[in-house]
Amino acid sequence: MKRTVPLIITFVVGTVLILSVFIPPMENLGENFTLFFDIIAVFAFFLGGGNLVRVHFQKISRKSDDFQFSFVTLIGFFVMLSAGLFKIGNPGDIASSVTADGSLFNTIYQSVFVPLSSTMYALLAFFVASASYRAFRAKNREATWLLIAAFIILLGSTPFGTMLTSWVPESWSIFHIPNLAVWLMSSPNLAGQRAIIIGIGLGVVSISLRLILGLERTYLGDDSA
Amino acid sequence: MKKTTIITFAVISALFLVSWIAKGMFTEGSSPFLDGFLVTLAAFLTLAIMSFLYKDNPYYKFAEHLFVGVSAAYAMCLGFWSTIVGNLIPRLSSGISEFFKVSYIEGDYNFIYFIPIIFGILLLMRLSPRGGWLSRWPLAFIVGTTAGLNFVRYLRSDFINQVSSTIVPLMIDWQGFGHFFSNLNFSATGQLVMMFSNLVIFIGVTCGIIYFYFSKEHTGWFGRASKIGIWILMITFGASFGYTVMGRISLLVGRITFLFRDWLEIIS
Amino acid sequence: MTVLNPLFAISAQTIGITLTLIIIGLGLAWLFWRSFSGKEVDRRIIFIFIFFSVAAPILFKISFTFKAIPIVSALYDKVESLPAGSTVLISYDFDPAMAPEVQPMADALSRHCLSRDLKIIYMCLFPTGQGQLEETFRTVVREEFPNKKDGIDFVNLGYKAGGEGVLNVIVTDFEKMFPTDVNSVPYGDIQVFDNIKSCQNLDLIISIGGGRPGIKEWVLFVGDPGNVPMAAGVAAVVAPQLYPYFPNQILGLLGGVKGAAEYENKMRDEHEQFKDMPTPATTMMGPQTLAHIVVMAFIIIGNILYFRNKRREEG
Repeated sequence: MKRTVPLIITFVVGTVLILSVFIPPMENLGENFTLFFDIIAVFAFFLGGGNLVRVHFQKISRKSDDFQFSFVTLIGFFVMLSAGLFKIGNPGDIASSVTADGSLFNTIYQSVFVPLSSTMYALLAFFVASASYRAFRAKNREATWLLIAAFIILLGSTPFGTMLTSWVPESWSIFHIPNLAVWLMSSPNLAGQRAIIIGIGLGVVSISLRLILGLERTYLGDDSA
Repeated sequence: MKKTTIITFAVISALFLVSWIAKGMFTEGSSPFLDGFLVTLAAFLTLAIMSFLYKDNPYYKFAEHLFVGVSAAYAMCLGFWSTIVGNLIPRLSSGISEFFKVSYIEGDYNFIYFIPIIFGILLLMRLSPRGGWLSRWPLAFIVGTTAGLNFVRYLRSDFINQVSSTIVPLMIDWQGFGHFFSNLNFSATGQLVMMFSNLVIFIGVTCGIIYFYFSKEHTGWFGRASKIGIWILMITFGASFGYTVMGRISLLVGRITFLFRDWLEIIS
Repeated sequence: MTVLNPLFAISAQTIGITLTLIIIGLGLAWLFWRSFSGKEVDRRIIFIFIFFSVAAPILFKISFTFKAIPIVSALYDKVESLPAGSTVLISYDFDPAMAPEVQPMADALSRHCLSRDLKIIYMCLFPTGQGQLEETFRTVVREEFPNKKDGIDFVNLGYKAGGEGVLNVIVTDFEKMFPTDVNSVPYGDIQVFDNIKSCQNLDLIISIGGGRPGIKEWVLFVGDPGNVPMAAGVAAVVAPQLYPYFPNQILGLLGGVKGAAEYENKMRDEHEQFKDMPTPATTMMGPQTLAHIVVMAFIIIGNILYFRNKRREEG
């Protein structure tokens, strides 16, 4: 029951979805399975929320390090959850959008979620700059290629790139830095990314096959669970 | 609690109040003090996260913990209203559909929609210390669906189509050697550059793949091709770095613009 | 605002630019001297540099315009070529963290499509996309196109969980995935869908995003199997990864804020009606430029020091 049933489920679902591409009458079954998948994905959100609450209640009850901040997480969670589930302050009725302009849910989103989320990622600008100063060195030939490419792209996206090479004649225009940056993106970068995509593509295909055939079972964990 | 901690907290609280009152007094609209509070809150949360650049501190931790709680609840609410109310309930019960004011979808086989509910409940069993193993069934369903969906799509789009796009003519707009040499130039849109680009793509992709092939020792011609592959990949990563800098700076511009325009109102 | 001078009328902007460049130049010289004399440079000084190089151009409104590169023009030309009444799907597959880069693209594309009387279907693969979509509705759709009617000229389908799962259904059947729009209006009552059964009936799909699920999933699950014209506007971080799909699998791509600025400029250059439209991405190119220069200066200083130290060690 613990291992056989999941292996059968994976095999049946995976096989049906592959066959639904080749056999049109099976298309509807494939669509239904994907719709089930979408609904289960929402339960995964619930699982994530439940787990978050459990972990933070545990931290509070055990008085772990910085447990006071767990109250912040829980209050933020329950306030947002209530605002969303009960559509508090929503200008329309129950049928209107949960994110409607003016609702408490949208207000918290705009005033709390947006600044927190975007600033968290904006911090990376500082760390990228710091890394450029401390770690971006032409230590060998490979690193030099990387550095030159990055430099051309950075220069190509500023007006200085245009200014520096504006004297280059039209018949040599590939050496205009903005043109060189475009060429770099659409030729060597394209080639490198394509090699990676093909490699990943083959990897996904083979791991999918191994999962469907039950050769890859690590997602089931161990039996002690 | 240290004296400096209390003073810092008092100063920040006072600044918050000043900002709130000032924004409330000078903001136009139907509810200026509420709008003033919201903008001040957003600004102080922005600054709280930015304070991490100096060093880790309680204000950053406050903001970070708040973010975790709010974002989890946001996803749950959206999932509930869009998919549970939008897709599941209309297929299960006309009574509940009426309550949520969504149209009931009649169908002979609607009972099959109890399957995702059962799987969903089994997934939540992961929170239970005893029934955790039951969550493997929905997990198997998720894994099976992902594998089944990805198998064909990746094969078609990321393998066959990519290989097909790489097999491109190396001689573009070819009208003989005379025409080629008489129009020879390094124009960005010229024939020579176009031909060279296609050559770089073909050789780059081939050598890049050779670099990722680890079942044969990288020596001789294979090693040399692998070396070219590394160079191409390094140029690729360099280009990605350049774009990453651009992306990260944009996010910072976004936040500073918010602080200057919406909060401090020093720019229009 | 201008500061009058007996000989010249020097704008405050010029003074600001000059001051900014002088401060940054002096700062970099100090950084170079300090590093060269073997003293440690605190990371927070680097942070201040970046903050200043971004903040100053915002304050002094320094911005630059860029000519659209072919991959950007391709999307613009496609939108221009669509006859009025064509249906375009714009998917908001991003969160607030990517918004400064991609929200300007989303707004510009919405503006462009609505002004050409194209019908727009909005949807999201990110839960946060629905919140960002409200922003477009508030600032572009309702503000600039008050005559466009919900359900007739555009429709907001909102978010659905499942990513690839959603795409795998809508590639053959919209109604199955979206029995109602975001305001619970039944599918059958939405005029935009009168001749649309699935994504295969659409004239263009544009995914705005930068994460997963995003344009890659759109190509894999809708563009290629359904043979639907696809385009994208993405965060700069993922733009290089999407070049292999151009032009066979995606017909155009706006990469980062530069791509958005190029699109905005093309709209302004080619249409009189867009002359005064908001151009947030173009405004961002000033800070971008200065920050790029500072980052390049950091790389140069770092490498000069590296080679000097290396030579010393070898010596």
